[in-house]
Amino acid sequence: MITFEGVTKRYRDGTVAVDDLSLEVPTGAITVFVGPSGCGKTTSLRMINRMIDATSGRIALDGQDVREIDPPTLRRGIGYVIQQAGLFPHRRIVDNVATVPYLLGWNKKKARARAMELLELVGLDAGLANRYPFQLSGGQQQRVGVARALAADPPVLLMDEPFSAVDPVVRASLQDELLRLQSELRKTIVFVTHDIDEAVKLGDTVAVLRVGGRLAQMAGPATLLTEPADDFVRGFLGRDRGIRRLSFISAKEVRLGPAPPDLVTGEDGRPLGWRTGDGLAAYGTFDPETDSLRAALDAALLSPNGVAVAVDEEGRVRGVAGRDAIDELLAEYAPPVRGAGSAEEAPA
Amino acid sequence: MNWLADFFGDSAHWSGPDGIPVRLLEHLGYSAAAFLVAALIAVPLGMLIGHTGRGALLVVVAANAARALPTLGLLVLVVLLAGVGTVLPVLVPLIVLAVPPILVNTYEGLRGVDADLRDAAYGMGLRGPQVLFRTLTPVALPLILLGLRLSAIQVVSTATVAAFVGLGGLGRFIIDGLATKAYSSVIGGAVLVAALALAVQFGFLLLDRVVVSPGVRQTR
Amino acid sequence: MIEEPLVRWDWIARNWDSGSPSAISTLLENHVVTAFLPVLLGLVVALPLGLACARWRWLYQPTAALMNVTYSLPSLVLFSVFLSVTGLTRATVVIPLTFFALAILIPAVVDGLASVPDPVRQSAVAMGFRPARRLLRVELPVAVPVVLAGLRVATVSSISLVSVGALIGQGGLGNLFIDGWQRQFYTPIVVGIALIVLLAVLADGLLVLAQRLLTPWSRARSTA
Repeated sequence: MITFEGVTKRYRDGTVAVDDLSLEVPTGAITVFVGPSGCGKTTSLRMINRMIDATSGRIALDGQDVREIDPPTLRRGIGYVIQQAGLFPHRRIVDNVATVPYLLGWNKKKARARAMELLELVGLDAGLANRYPFQLSGGQQQRVGVARALAADPPVLLMDEPFSAVDPVVRASLQDELLRLQSELRKTIVFVTHDIDEAVKLGDTVAVLRVGGRLAQMAGPATLLTEPADDFVRGFLGRDRGIRRLSFISAKEVRLGPAPPDLVTGEDGRPLGWRTGDGLAAYGTFDPETDSLRAALDAALLSPNGVAVAVDEEGRVRGVAGRDAIDELLAEYAPPVRGAGSAEEAPA
Repeated sequence: MNWLADFFGDSAHWSGPDGIPVRLLEHLGYSAAAFLVAALIAVPLGMLIGHTGRGALLVVVAANAARALPTLGLLVLVVLLAGVGTVLPVLVPLIVLAVPPILVNTYEGLRGVDADLRDAAYGMGLRGPQVLFRTLTPVALPLILLGLRLSAIQVVSTATVAAFVGLGGLGRFIIDGLATKAYSSVIGGAVLVAALALAVQFGFLLLDRVVVSPGVRQTR
Repeated sequence: MIEEPLVRWDWIARNWDSGSPSAISTLLENHVVTAFLPVLLGLVVALPLGLACARWRWLYQPTAALMNVTYSLPSLVLFSVFLSVTGLTRATVVIPLTFFALAILIPAVVDGLASVPDPVRQSAVAMGFRPARRLLRVELPVAVPVVLAGLRVATVSSISLVSVGALIGQGGLGNLFIDGWQRQFYTPIVVGIALIVLLAVLADGLLVLAQRLLTPWSRARSTA
């Protein structure tokens, strides 16, 4: 666990980057620091591995004040991933990944074997190991950056806008990859981003910071979407909070009915469309096992009759869910009722 | 062309204290000595200033002064002040003129390293000297070598002019030839110095191939 | 060995404008002409050559290699070689110095044009500039700071290198060094060095001023 206790960073010119920040980063989960530029999210992150020292307050790693640890030693036990990956251009990929093991005095063979393991873990071809960074794409470099941070198996990983320099498609795949890795590794990850969608997608907990380095709200993503603490958080979260919140509800519990005769399926059991007077109409599908309620609702909206088609992982029809079935679940997961003046005013 | 045949064809030019081999060795000796001293001063100093960022003004001043100071004037003045006859006073201006290219390029090389890279190196737990020697220096190496190359060529060139104030070396053929209007000697000496300068140039390009990481060379 | 003050002011006063060919003012004049002519010639040649190299990239590699070789040759070597062609004339110094200026200016022009950001070039094309007009109105102005930086280096180097020409009797203020050496007399040497450095600083300052006037938009960048 990482704890911030009244941490303030004031620069010599008087600007306050982080103002009396107190929070707890739980072990084995992803905590996202998110906010507009100038909110001190990167400064907060960099104070954990002492790239920047706090002016006052205390940051503790499993109870020990980080200021009691010599910075290089501290940093070797904390993985660090930055925006442009920061790979060493003069060293081959495998040696880049093995940097911290080398620093820790591992022998070359062991360090390289570990590096190869990690390249595989982050989904990179072993053939890339002997290339130089300039020979890799941005997305590949970023994967190497993650592998390098994980090399010495540190319990804590700091990620400073690691995916913001790659295109949206690559970014989405890197995000999925991180979630997959995290489900295996259970690291304590602090992730900084300015992209609220990324924060909501990746974070087990999201800390929203406001300009001037003050904590606006810290909560799980679903709670954040339904109960933003104030106008600033509400504005930062943007539109469609209600619908985006459905991403956190599994579609597993949607009550499925049998497929009606006007749903035309092919011989392989996959849907072809809804029969209408003069042909087939569009349809939408969702997989109740893996998809969210948001996907189910979306599938229903894509069909002219408002009925979503449930499919299995092979794409074969398992049944259908009408709006009534979806509504039932929506009602079940409605935001909790609060007293007068609660958080559900109309969006600004 | 006749001049060249006259010069290189004359067997007297190939032996004795005035012969080409002796003059070449002299030239190489003075140049190497001055270059080594300059490199020993300028590389560490440039690395220190580049790494810490302190003393950058010194680099700017040195760069400008080196370009503006007339070689011949400096040589003549220093040798007159120190006394004619010994080699040491001649080496001083040679060294002084050889320092700035190395200093400037080493400094620029280190300063020019991507800030992200520096950040990543510290972030992974490298200590100050490790950041300097394992990350910054290998990445800055092409520029450091460029500085060394420019400096070496500068030394060869200045050593040629230094024949005027009594230094041996290949410049003797040119200076003595000019004094006695023996143009075959002037041209012959010029060709020898040119060959030496090109050999130095080529040697450094070769060195660049060997010591610079392919990962760094490609990104430039 | 010589009990002499470093500078004898009376000597300077007597020789400043004595009317003889070795008067300091005459040498200064010679020096200025011999130093600036190569830079001017170099610029006139380097602009079209640099443009050609930027337009046809395959030209650049061999040109740069040739310039690199030229630049590595000691000035005295080139003076000696041209001595056999042009004799004891000013051309013997001016021609080699022009080559040195080219070796600095051609890369400067190419780099300058390369420094034009691609979006700037693209938007000029998109707005309908024809190539010649685009070059004149957009690319060259944006390239000016880099070209001027090269011009500063070339000018200062040229001013200092002229003095080596004294060894073949064409050195402008450099002749003072020979004079001082032969007479074991400090004053002319000190005066020569001082005037050359002063000239270099002055020329450099004028070029910086020129850049400020020519490219008011780049002031912030050039100090960065």
